[in-house]
Amino acid sequence: MTDRERILLAHGGGGQLSRELIDREIVSRFGAGPLEGLPDGATVPVEGDAVVFTTDSFVVQPIEFPGGNIGDLAVHGTVNDLAVCGAKPRWLSLALILEEGLELALLRRVLDRIKIAADDSGVVVATGDTKVVARGQCDGLFINTSGIGERLPGFDLSPAHLQEGDRVLVSGPIADHGFAVLASRENIHIQNGPQSDSAPVHRLVQAAVEQAADIRFMRDPTRGGLASVLNEMVESAKVGIQIQEESIPVSPGTHAVSELLGLDPLHVASEGRLLMVCGTDAAPAILEAWQAMPEGGGAKDIGAVTKEAGRVVLETLMGGHRLIDVPRGELLPRIC
Amino acid sequence: MKYIDGFRNPGAAVALREDIQALSAKLPPSDRTTNIMEICGSHTMAVARYAIRDILPERIKLISGPGCPVCVTDAGYIDAAIELARRGITVVTFGDMLNVPGSETSLAAVRSEGCSIEVCYSPLHALELAKETPEQEIVFLAIGFETTMPPAMAIIDQAIRDGIDNLSLLVAFKLVPPALAALGSDPELQIDAFICPAHVSAIIGANAYEPFAGAGGVPCVIAGFEPLDILLGLKGILAQLVDGVAKVDNQYSRVVSAKGNKKAQALMEKYLDPADVSWRGIGVIPQSGLAMKEEWIEYDAEKRHDITVQIGKLNPACRCGEVIKGIASPFDCPMFGTTCTPGNPVGPCMVSSEGSCAAYYKYSR
Repeated sequence: MTDRERILLAHGGGGQLSRELIDREIVSRFGAGPLEGLPDGATVPVEGDAVVFTTDSFVVQPIEFPGGNIGDLAVHGTVNDLAVCGAKPRWLSLALILEEGLELALLRRVLDRIKIAADDSGVVVATGDTKVVARGQCDGLFINTSGIGERLPGFDLSPAHLQEGDRVLVSGPIADHGFAVLASRENIHIQNGPQSDSAPVHRLVQAAVEQAADIRFMRDPTRGGLASVLNEMVESAKVGIQIQEESIPVSPGTHAVSELLGLDPLHVASEGRLLMVCGTDAAPAILEAWQAMPEGGGAKDIGAVTKEAGRVVLETLMGGHRLIDVPRGELLPRIC
Repeated sequence: MKYIDGFRNPGAAVALREDIQALSAKLPPSDRTTNIMEICGSHTMAVARYAIRDILPERIKLISGPGCPVCVTDAGYIDAAIELARRGITVVTFGDMLNVPGSETSLAAVRSEGCSIEVCYSPLHALELAKETPEQEIVFLAIGFETTMPPAMAIIDQAIRDGIDNLSLLVAFKLVPPALAALGSDPELQIDAFICPAHVSAIIGANAYEPFAGAGGVPCVIAGFEPLDILLGLKGILAQLVDGVAKVDNQYSRVVSAKGNKKAQALMEKYLDPADVSWRGIGVIPQSGLAMKEEWIEYDAEKRHDITVQIGKLNPACRCGEVIKGIASPFDCPMFGTTCTPGNPVGPCMVSSEGSCAAYYKYSR
């Protein structure tokens, strides 16, 4: 392999090589919209009464894992943060930090996935930046994306709106992303092992927009998993949550790896699942709509809001009840 | 995974719960609870994880006994390990031991001072380290019950064959049957039955419990770690109590045989002799441990490095000793969840992920 097929420090130097890299790899994929002509900033139109604005950085290791790569994550992570705020994702920034020596072929695979994921999520890469650092100063490739979304009408989301009896819905099997990355990192190769669930959840949000008035709160259970999100929701609330172990969807591959490693799927991240708390009457319609969609086929009603303030309780397979705790410290570093 | 799911089947759990309720109602009348003790860290965690206490009749008290090897390791042992590390010796240990408080400080604290303390997942790591660094003395912290003894002795066996002479063990091995005999005959504890440990039993065999489970003794059931295993074990115990018999009921026969693992036993017999040892929180139980035989003195870190494991000092407010014996629940300890948490443990039961206090903190605060 020649030097030309790897990232050189000069690719970030602002000169000829930088220009070539941007033209060939960035403009060719994303140059049609506000990025055209490479202005210093993007001017973008927005609709609605407010925008939602978010940012996230991605340092996953390995860069490619079963079911996706860092490119998918960098789009879905930010798109999903917008979606769970009740927004329609529209615009994305893309900042790349590349390590000297990175294979260009790998960068291309990542950018390809970014393009596919952005198109699928209805967002346009409007602005960006590329830096190259010397070997050893970052680990292959880091990405930051920021996103702007237009607020959808009808949503008024807050954990403070949770009421006793509300239903807790999850859009599909949990923890697949975390276990896919972990299995890949630990060289656990099993048949039908976990595949990352990295995907946009904005369509799931839009499918529930008719019930918006009855939707209390939404989150995507990423780092810390379902356990952390549920605990955060009721942390300062006057209510609690009880979920049924039997109802929690877990795919067979993830179940197998979780048993091998002794990690609870409740503590492990998903990157394409939606957790929603809604009124009892709205739940069946939302579930039905989700289950008819490819990304919501495994959706389940997993529990309810209780009056036990601040407590997240699991009814176990054996029928007993116990607390669901929040993992202490960082259970799995660098999974997104 | 279908294999495992079979041992967690909710329908089967309902049936077993009903059986347990029915048997419990037939127990002879008594003014106290029926006290059943398990002595295995994995049972402790499974009981908490599946909230099994929550589904038992009120009369049944399930006690998590001294089944976590870290929890019963005396503070003086930690002190000796720290002293070895401070002398420049590389100490290799399972991660659970790092944060266990010794009399003054912990291994984690002295590691941050620059002492060489290596965390391993297998004793083999200590052997490899000894091979790679022949100039450096390596001490492996050999603690645990019968389950961890064979792998620890296997590295010494290999070291002898390979002519490796910079590796030794700081031994604090504990035997389950003598501890059960001592706890079972302690009138203060009023233990009615034992759920015997699963993997320990795979090594020593079901027959090892016969001496104290026989006629007039304490009923024993050997049960696996899955929730249905534990419920089935409880059902078996209640059946014995209702019938007024005491025997060893092996319900984990898919793993445990009557005589155990002969190869593992041979390895232990070759290198180790019975000894009186101190259990943290309980005190010295005669012949309840194993120590290196005289003839293997150069692999015994105490002799090789001329260090004596003394009885250590405990935080006087810590009630781990009573928790381990089942006299106190973690909730009875004023430090539980306040000054003593998994992030800042005072007692060993909070340090080890298999400790009673850690299990209660995690699942039932």
